[in-house]
Amino acid sequence: MIQELEDTITALSTPPGSGALGIIRLSGNQAIEIADKIFAGKPLHLQASHSLHFGRIVRRLPAPQAENTDTESQEAIDEAVVSLFRAPHSYTGEDVVEISCHGSPYVLQTVLDLCVASGARPARAGEFTQRAFLNGRLDLTQAEAVADLIAAESKAAQQTALHQLRGGFSADLKTMREELIRFSALIELELDFSQEDVHFADRGQLLNLLDRLEQSAQKLIDSFRLGNAMKNGVSVAIIGAPNAGKSTLLNALINEDRAIVSDIAGTTRDTIEERINIGDIQFRFIDTAGLREDSGDVIEQQGMARSRQKVEEADIILCLQDCTQAEDAGFKKLQEWLQSFSKPHFLLFTKSDLLLTPVSIPNQALLMSAHTGEGLELLKEYLLSSVTTGRVQAGDTIITNTRHLAALQKIAASVREIRRGLNDGLPGDLLASDIRLALFHIGELTGAVQVDRDILGAIFGSFCIGK
Amino acid sequence: MNLQHLGAMSCNPAMGGIAKGQIVREIDALGGLSGIVTDNSTIQFRMLNRSKGPGMWSPRAQCDRSLFSSSWRQYLEANNNVFFWQDTVREIIVSRGTVEGVLTASGQKIFGKSVVLTTGTFLNGTIHIGRNNQSGGRIGEQSARGLTEQLCSLGFHSERLKTGTPPRVDGRSIDYSKMEEQQGDDQVSGFSFLPIEKIKSTQQRCCWITYTNRNVHEILKSGFDESPMFQGDIQGTGPRYCPSIEDKINRFADKLQHQLFVEPEGWNTVEVYVNGFSTSLPARVQFDALRQVNGFENCVLFRPGYAIEYDYFPPTQLNNTLRTKAIDNLFFAGQINGTTGYEEAACQGLIAGINAHNLIHNKEPFVLRRNEAYIGVLIDDLISKGTDEPYRMFTSRAEYRTLLRQDNADLRLTRRSAQIGLASSERLEILDRKEIALQEIKSTLSQHKLSPELVNSYLFQKASTPISERTSFQKLLLRPGIHLEELIAHLPEEMNAFQDLDSEIIEQAEIQIKYEVYIQKEHSMALRMNQLEDLGLPSSLDYNSISSISIEARQKLSTVRPATLGQASRISGVNPSDIQILMLLLGR
Repeated sequence: MIQELEDTITALSTPPGSGALGIIRLSGNQAIEIADKIFAGKPLHLQASHSLHFGRIVRRLPAPQAENTDTESQEAIDEAVVSLFRAPHSYTGEDVVEISCHGSPYVLQTVLDLCVASGARPARAGEFTQRAFLNGRLDLTQAEAVADLIAAESKAAQQTALHQLRGGFSADLKTMREELIRFSALIELELDFSQEDVHFADRGQLLNLLDRLEQSAQKLIDSFRLGNAMKNGVSVAIIGAPNAGKSTLLNALINEDRAIVSDIAGTTRDTIEERINIGDIQFRFIDTAGLREDSGDVIEQQGMARSRQKVEEADIILCLQDCTQAEDAGFKKLQEWLQSFSKPHFLLFTKSDLLLTPVSIPNQALLMSAHTGEGLELLKEYLLSSVTTGRVQAGDTIITNTRHLAALQKIAASVREIRRGLNDGLPGDLLASDIRLALFHIGELTGAVQVDRDILGAIFGSFCIGK
Repeated sequence: MNLQHLGAMSCNPAMGGIAKGQIVREIDALGGLSGIVTDNSTIQFRMLNRSKGPGMWSPRAQCDRSLFSSSWRQYLEANNNVFFWQDTVREIIVSRGTVEGVLTASGQKIFGKSVVLTTGTFLNGTIHIGRNNQSGGRIGEQSARGLTEQLCSLGFHSERLKTGTPPRVDGRSIDYSKMEEQQGDDQVSGFSFLPIEKIKSTQQRCCWITYTNRNVHEILKSGFDESPMFQGDIQGTGPRYCPSIEDKINRFADKLQHQLFVEPEGWNTVEVYVNGFSTSLPARVQFDALRQVNGFENCVLFRPGYAIEYDYFPPTQLNNTLRTKAIDNLFFAGQINGTTGYEEAACQGLIAGINAHNLIHNKEPFVLRRNEAYIGVLIDDLISKGTDEPYRMFTSRAEYRTLLRQDNADLRLTRRSAQIGLASSERLEILDRKEIALQEIKSTLSQHKLSPELVNSYLFQKASTPISERTSFQKLLLRPGIHLEELIAHLPEEMNAFQDLDSEIIEQAEIQIKYEVYIQKEHSMALRMNQLEDLGLPSSLDYNSISSISIEARQKLSTVRPATLGQASRISGVNPSDIQILMLLLGR
């Protein structure tokens, strides 16, 4: 393993496939030396860190063929800009060279091959981040954030990952940890120093501290729904009777004729997924085949089974009904069926432009027309509010990682356990045991596991101890 | 050194207390003498923290100072393998990196295959009373010179610590009617698991509580310009949890009074110990201030309090058997390792002694883990974290204190000690009987259910919700305030299978049932942690070459050279990502 860290690794750092540009990254103590072998331009080993250099990527031909001038001994592959970062001021903490060349898969593969031929080892997935972690450039939560940042598909996802990368999440946990240690110190005081003439914390004060702790843990837990929405997008299933206007709505939302729109009921046989960003959050709309119980069409029955499955997987359900048929019995049945899913769903009455006389619709429902645009903006607001409601405010830390969620839930559970113990008059040492468990779970996130010194420090700093 | 001072209590004439009492029970369970000697010399016994969970119960005994000392002497003399020689060690004799014996002040050479140094506060000890200071290892005794310097020349690193002691007062001059009385417990359970005769509860002497006041503080403050602490004469670090009275009024100026415990020094002496009044101010200031204390208006001193500075060797220079890393077969125990307290010193002496023996007989090292004993916590803390103030045990230093109870020290340790030939067969027999009785009572309890008619009157007494159907003992015992002994006493005689049982067994069963959830929780935490304890770190590992861990971690790891990843994880400055990297490097 020590050996492995001394290798210089290389990989394509932009998505595979054709693009305008592609970047190949080298990291390790031979990165600059290897780059010099394939770069025709200024000698990189003489250049300063954080500098850019234009030149050509070349294949230097074996010596026998290189009899005359330098230019004849090398074959140019591409023109490139090379960025140089010297250790430890680089992403991985090692010497890093990034070669930006043109994005043809052939060129990129050739440059990569050249790097390997010159002494680099192809990097495994995530190895650059692993090195950054091993070299102390990132802590665990930050390393996880990098993975999220790379995968970010919306501005919000990118902002969240960036916040976490800058240590925002760790700072919140640090505050929680300090509060818990303060709580712990108050409890420990009664245990180790019960013979001392000090004023012990009253239970009300302790409960107060617990409330604050639970609030901050719960806030982070609540943020997961938004965080998860930011990271993975929100899936929205569009359902309704055949010809209720599902595809038309989808098309209006994406302004694109992706779905086949026709007036014949049952045209959409497959589910179609479209992504659209509303207020920084990505929503994935899934158009489903119409739900119609009496359809004899076998293909459509298969489509319907798939629709049910999509509804089960979705975060939000949009249920559409032609407003000219608002009293339809099938629609009533559909609504009952939706109740069984216990997830947010909105009733949309479509085709309002076809309405001749006003119609009464349920309170939470929305009247809309994909043709006139009526209700579209309101729908977007509905959708957005479904993931941003709760106590989460702008600028708050948002968690996106299920490992963090699990640890936070354990923290909150320990805090509830402590509260129950306090109310039941549980002895302090057993309360303290639950506190330690909570601190242990925080440690799983931040890494700080040892607490006894901190607790004793807090006691000696605040109370006059000692006979 | 004076052989007459063997077993001398230099400070407070008391053994045990919170966390310390657990250590004495562990020493006893292992076959050490501290518990027996304490039981022999107890003048007052209290189980502290009774109102807390069982992990917190801590036995404490006020002792007769001279009886404690003579009892030690008797037990040691009764051991045919112990030899005595009164002298002062000047140097250790070292040959090719291995200790071979000691050279004394009188020029004697004493050879041994292993050597345990227990220097107390004697190494270059300096006693301070006001601005006067004098060399001394304890009041009235010479300090030990030369040994620190020789050890440093052999590559050891030493530092200074400071501790203090209060004035001793003539009890005949004190008016106890002005103080609160503090009596011993009604039941004296004592320290030893052996059937040592304990004092009767009615025979116990009592202690007294009084308080300082504004006048006392004013007089003490008037002496600050002659305080060796505030004037910079004392360089060593003192313990934060046992500050001098001048430190207390200085740091906590808003506190108008401080508690003082007035403790008798024995059965047949008028000398009393003023616990809480440790000071190094000039004797005159001590006297004037004490005379302002309630009940001390006419007090007469035996001798003033003083502070003492002494050398210690930061204990990261030791491995987990208390053997020094620099010199083979050399062991350190007690204050030389930066600890304070009789109990902390005693358990180190025991572990160092066991390992000194095992080493030269090619036996396995004897190491207790953090989930096995406070002794394990103490030694692991010392060798992994070091200490820069006198180290005292607190229960909060132990992560598994519901496991490390005073009541189960024998269940935890006696068998292990018997395996190395230390705990006697008598101890093993007592332990066997206890375990069998415990099994029996627990299985009987698990088979029986109690009907509402039988227990509801008891539950009513305890203000606990009555039951409506037959309920197991287990379930009832989970309720706060419900105790097995009372529950059993409440059952009608004809259906009481437990009446003849020892109350200690009943209590043990109750603890195991009542706190099972917590015991299990700590147990599984310990198992998880022990996975790291089982991952050994090669002694050849060059931490400075691992550029992927932080510079601080590299330095700390190079100094401490931890034996396992678990130990490494407890070194301050080594953070979990460093541990993860070490795990990766070890190929885990």
